[in-house]
Amino acid sequence: MTVLISLLVGIIFGMGLIIAQMTNPSKIIGFLTLGENWDPSLLFVMTSAVFISFFAFNFAKQKKQTLLHLNFEIPKRTDIDLPLIAGAALFGIGWGIVGLCPAPAIVSLAFGNSQTLLFIVSMLSGMYLFKLIKK
Amino acid sequence: MIITQSLIGGSVIGIAVSLLLLLNGKVLGVSGILGGLFNLPFSKNYWRLFFVIGLLISPFIYNVFYPIPSVEITSNNLMIVMGGLLVGFGSRLGSGCTSGHGVCGVARLSVRSLIATTTFILFGVLTVYVMQKVLI
Repeated sequence: MTVLISLLVGIIFGMGLIIAQMTNPSKIIGFLTLGENWDPSLLFVMTSAVFISFFAFNFAKQKKQTLLHLNFEIPKRTDIDLPLIAGAALFGIGWGIVGLCPAPAIVSLAFGNSQTLLFIVSMLSGMYLFKLIKK
Repeated sequence: MIITQSLIGGSVIGIAVSLLLLLNGKVLGVSGILGGLFNLPFSKNYWRLFFVIGLLISPFIYNVFYPIPSVEITSNNLMIVMGGLLVGFGSRLGSGCTSGHGVCGVARLSVRSLIATTTFILFGVLTVYVMQKVLI
C-alpha cells in the first residue's frame, strides 16, 4: 500500500513540476538572475507549495500517527553546523551552473536529451561520493 | 498566465508533499530519497524506488493531456558534470535540496531549512552572476 502511495505521489509531484515549468533550466536561471528580466516564477511555485504543506505539517504535529497508522519520520535536528551551510552553498553553486536540481532532472529524463542524462549520472555520482566519504 | 501556472504547479507539489506526509509519514525530500537508494538493505528502499518511478513516468501521463513544455539547457558538458556533482554532493552534505529544505523544511518552519534555503538561493544567484558577468 505505501509503495503505491509513493508511486502516486511521485507522479503528482512530477506533474506539479512540469505544470510549473520547473523542469526547464532556463526558468531557474531566470529566477537566479537578478535585474529587470528577473523571472519570479519559482517564488510563486515555492510559496504555494509551502502554503499547502504548512497545513499538512501542522496537522501532522497534532497526530501521533499517520492516517495509515504509521509513525511520522520528521527530522528533529535544530543545530546549525558547517556541513549544512557548506552543503547548501555547494548545492547552490551547482544549481546556478546548470539550472537543475534533483527532482526536475529526474522528471525531465524522459523528454530531455543526453545532457539531462549526463547531469543525472553526475548528480548520482556526487551522492555516492558523499556516501563513500562519510564512511 | 505564467503566475497562474506557477501557483497551480506549486499547489500540486504541496498536495504531493501532504499526501506523502499524512499517509506514509515521510518528508518529501528528493535528494534524500535518491541518496537513500544507495543504502542497504534494499528492502527498506521500495518506497523510494516507487517514488522515483513515479517521477520518471509523470511526463508520459502529463503528455496524455497537454504537450510537454520545452527544456533549454545552455550549459556545455563540462558545466553539466560539474553542476551535477555539486548538486549531488552538496544536497547530501547539506541534508536536503529544493524540495526537502525549500518546501518541506520551510513549511514546518525549521530554522536549519530556512538557513539552507537562503544559502543555496544566495549562492545560486552569485554563481549565475559570476558566470554571466565575469566568465563570459
